[in-house]
Amino acid sequence: MSATFERGYNAFKEILDAPIASFFSSCVHCGLCAEACLFYTETGDPKYTPIHKLEPLRRAWQQEYTLLGKLAKLVGLAKPVTDAELAEWSPLVYDACTLCGRCSMVCPVGNDIAYMVRKMREGMTAAGHAPEGLVTATKRAIQSGSPAGVKWATVEATIKRVQKEFGFEVPVNRENADYLVLMSSWEILNYPEYLGAVGRILNRAGATWTLAQDAYEATNSGIQIGASDLARELVGRIVGAAERLKVKCVISPECGHAYSAIRWEGPNLMGRPFGFEVKHILEVLDDLRRAGKLKLKGTLDQPLTYHDPCQISRRGGVYEQPRTLLNQLAPQFREMHETGTMNWCCGGGGGVSANERAEPLRLTSFKRKKAQIEELGVKTLVTACANCRVVMEEALEHYHMDIEMLGLTELVAEHLDEEDKHV
Amino acid sequence: MAFDEPTIAEILRRQGISRRGFLKFCATTASLMALPPSMVPAIAAALEKARRPSVIWLSFQECTGCTESLTRSHTPSIEGLILEQISLDYHHTLQAASGEAAEAAREAAMRENHGKYLLVVDGSIPMGNAGYSTIAGVSNLDMLKETAAGAAAVIAVGSCAAYGGLPAALPNPTGAVPVSAIIKDKPVMNVPGCPPIPVVITGVLAHFLTFAALPELDDHGRPKVFYGESIHDRCYRRPFYDQGKFAETFDDEGARKGWCLFKLGCKGPVTYNACATTKWNQGVSFPIQSGHGCIGCSEPGFWDMGPLYKPLSMPIAPVQMMVGAAAAGGAIAGAAMAMRNRAAKKSAQAAHQKVTVEDLEKAK
Amino acid sequence: MTALELLTWARGPGLSIALAVCAFGILLRLFEIFGLGRKADLSRPRDHSPGSGWRTIVSRSLPPPGMVKQAPVTYIGGYVFHLGFAITLFFFVPHIELVRGLTGLSWPGLPTQLIDIAAVAGLLALIAVLASRLSNPVKRFLSGFQDYLAWLLTFLPLATGYLAFHHLLIDYTLALALHVLSVELLLVALPFTKLFHTVSVFVSRWYNGDIFGRKGVAS
Repeated sequence: MSATFERGYNAFKEILDAPIASFFSSCVHCGLCAEACLFYTETGDPKYTPIHKLEPLRRAWQQEYTLLGKLAKLVGLAKPVTDAELAEWSPLVYDACTLCGRCSMVCPVGNDIAYMVRKMREGMTAAGHAPEGLVTATKRAIQSGSPAGVKWATVEATIKRVQKEFGFEVPVNRENADYLVLMSSWEILNYPEYLGAVGRILNRAGATWTLAQDAYEATNSGIQIGASDLARELVGRIVGAAERLKVKCVISPECGHAYSAIRWEGPNLMGRPFGFEVKHILEVLDDLRRAGKLKLKGTLDQPLTYHDPCQISRRGGVYEQPRTLLNQLAPQFREMHETGTMNWCCGGGGGVSANERAEPLRLTSFKRKKAQIEELGVKTLVTACANCRVVMEEALEHYHMDIEMLGLTELVAEHLDEEDKHV
Repeated sequence: MAFDEPTIAEILRRQGISRRGFLKFCATTASLMALPPSMVPAIAAALEKARRPSVIWLSFQECTGCTESLTRSHTPSIEGLILEQISLDYHHTLQAASGEAAEAAREAAMRENHGKYLLVVDGSIPMGNAGYSTIAGVSNLDMLKETAAGAAAVIAVGSCAAYGGLPAALPNPTGAVPVSAIIKDKPVMNVPGCPPIPVVITGVLAHFLTFAALPELDDHGRPKVFYGESIHDRCYRRPFYDQGKFAETFDDEGARKGWCLFKLGCKGPVTYNACATTKWNQGVSFPIQSGHGCIGCSEPGFWDMGPLYKPLSMPIAPVQMMVGAAAAGGAIAGAAMAMRNRAAKKSAQAAHQKVTVEDLEKAK
Repeated sequence: MTALELLTWARGPGLSIALAVCAFGILLRLFEIFGLGRKADLSRPRDHSPGSGWRTIVSRSLPPPGMVKQAPVTYIGGYVFHLGFAITLFFFVPHIELVRGLTGLSWPGLPTQLIDIAAVAGLLALIAVLASRLSNPVKRFLSGFQDYLAWLLTFLPLATGYLAFHHLLIDYTLALALHVLSVELLLVALPFTKLFHTVSVFVSRWYNGDIFGRKGVAS
């Protein structure tokens, strides 16, 4: 089997639903989604207008699922969707959309454009128009367990480092734990301090937790590329481990799309609600804080700001928790001008960071975030998504910006009050 | 018209009308006809010299309301005098002669004043069975053609003669048509209304006598000076319309306060006539002033233009049934489409081939 | 055919046909949309969410912070046009009478001077948004025949209504007939063009609010 246009078009027909039909019916071409999209605002190129990225899908809907469109097709008045067109659209759908959903917040008629782009990618993938970088990452995720090719041996090495550094045992495959801790490849490779931080915080809170040997990777390339069959397989690994180990809650790491994949898409991919909870690490931190199990001391007294990862704030609903934590930890915490659920994306979400073809565009689109940071004049940028962090660190370097980046979980761990053991 | 007949001025003087009164009439006529005041002496001079024109009045399918309006309401006005002073040689309601003598009078007038007499018509002409309306055994159509042949001009008085009128109302059983549908080779002026305003007749007659021609006509053959503006624009109740003050029923507070009658079906906005300015019965009143909306009686086809008591912006016919049926049709078509779509989507889902990592690229 | 006959046709058969096509089309389109169905979302919704479909139906009428500054013509033009059009449509007494004639419902109207201001504002805003559509690179890029058709079909009722009311250019009866006919054209086209957003906007906003609301976001 391989990708064909017919499979792609068939996928369009599969994913078209009532919301998409109403969205296409409502669009009046007002152009406001462009103003909300950093790929347009930073390039000024109208082809990056979000709704335009869906044009082939819109015509498929019109020609397949509306009476007038079918009649037009019958008499040859409708322009059919072609494979060449999908190839032309691939850069628009994959390189110039991070699924950040800012356009979905702005559209005056309420079109959830990100929802549609996510679905359109199903057809693009089935037709063989997914970019090479994402294809490679997805293959690796399926075949080796991680899009970056991280194997369990690498995780074990990280575990050893953490155990050595912090002096606690990292539980693996432990049954009936409160939490199943997941990581993203970035955290395993670049930010091992995350595991240390989570372990310290959970241990301090008296919670039980575990890693799973067959489900350490939280990310889901299947979601990004738009292949639900593969996404299901990837999320199924986590669900399988969580159920086998009978954990109460799965903690999505500091990774935006991993959270979306497990928390929001997961049950739908699996076709059943989960018997366990899925929480982002920031939600867990906030839960612990409210339960009085997260004691903090000291502050980081320097001007800093928080970058909302799109999938965690706008598309995930976790935007208050980081602010509660930062207000406690950072007296000089400053908000960016547009923030929270109206934040601007780092430019590398939705699979863009794994897509080498998109790199120049991604760096151009970072100008928006650059301007936001410069406006505040801070030197420290906190976030809660390893992907955002990698994308921004790379871009900051590209633009020669001297900004330090921090993961919020680490920042919390660094200020953990570990002296008074009696809570 | 015989040349030994006295001029209009002479007749007026004999009637005891002063020179001053005569000039006042000329001035009124000039203003009615929207002519500049400088035209008053010309009108006076022309009228002084004019001799009584011969007028033949034919009545076809009509109700005599037009004659009632013209003859009764304005006596003894100076306008009425003009009417009296025309040589009304044939008018089967008003003339003393009857039977063959009457017809002989018409024929005589036609012969003596060939090419100069004015033909006034009220009533419509049946084109169906000629027997619907005959005079002295002659069909209306034949009599009209015969009499119009020698006329200088034809004036169609009243909405029946001008537009067919109530006899022409759907389904128009007699096949009634207006004068203008038959007479094509003579100037025909329409003075519509059911009935028309008397001074309009005298005004245009004065114009005819002064200038030996009909006044300027609009698209419907009506003298523009009288039919140039809508009732609504000249209505004294217009300010209430603009303020949004309307009578909702004929006996509510708004009706008593004289508010706008739009909601009670007044057709003033689409009716072009002089009622609101010249008024009726020597300027006493007009329908709206008397508390009833305009029914638009001087507009072509007014009898078939929807209910008289429905506001102009309301639908004429009940649409609920049709819209309901269409909505039901839309729902059925939509449901059929939805079922078809569901089937199409189902078959697309059935045709779904599981995407594996081998399927991410096109076949080489 | 005289102007009055045209008007009578427009008020009678014309209106019936237009309303029938409109009703048929709206029902058809709604069935088409809802008939495609929506999979039940199995993810656990947030217990307390500031967002919901109903909320977004209302809240999406307000611009998100910062956006007015970014696209002033689109926003201000859009607001002025929609408000001007709505005020003219729903508060001019003859229009209320039309609704009363169709449904039996009625409400107080506004003085014609206010309606006049609303209509002029609506017309000017429409001209401004058209100019913007022609000059703004994004809108020009996106726009096709349908976009300009929708504009024209919206512009005509306001323009003919204004001409009729002020007796400009054409005879009132004809202007009124053309006004009614232009509205009928709008009604006929509504279900099958972008004008359908007048109906589907509530559906799409609801879905948007529901999708975001489930995740704890007020959209």
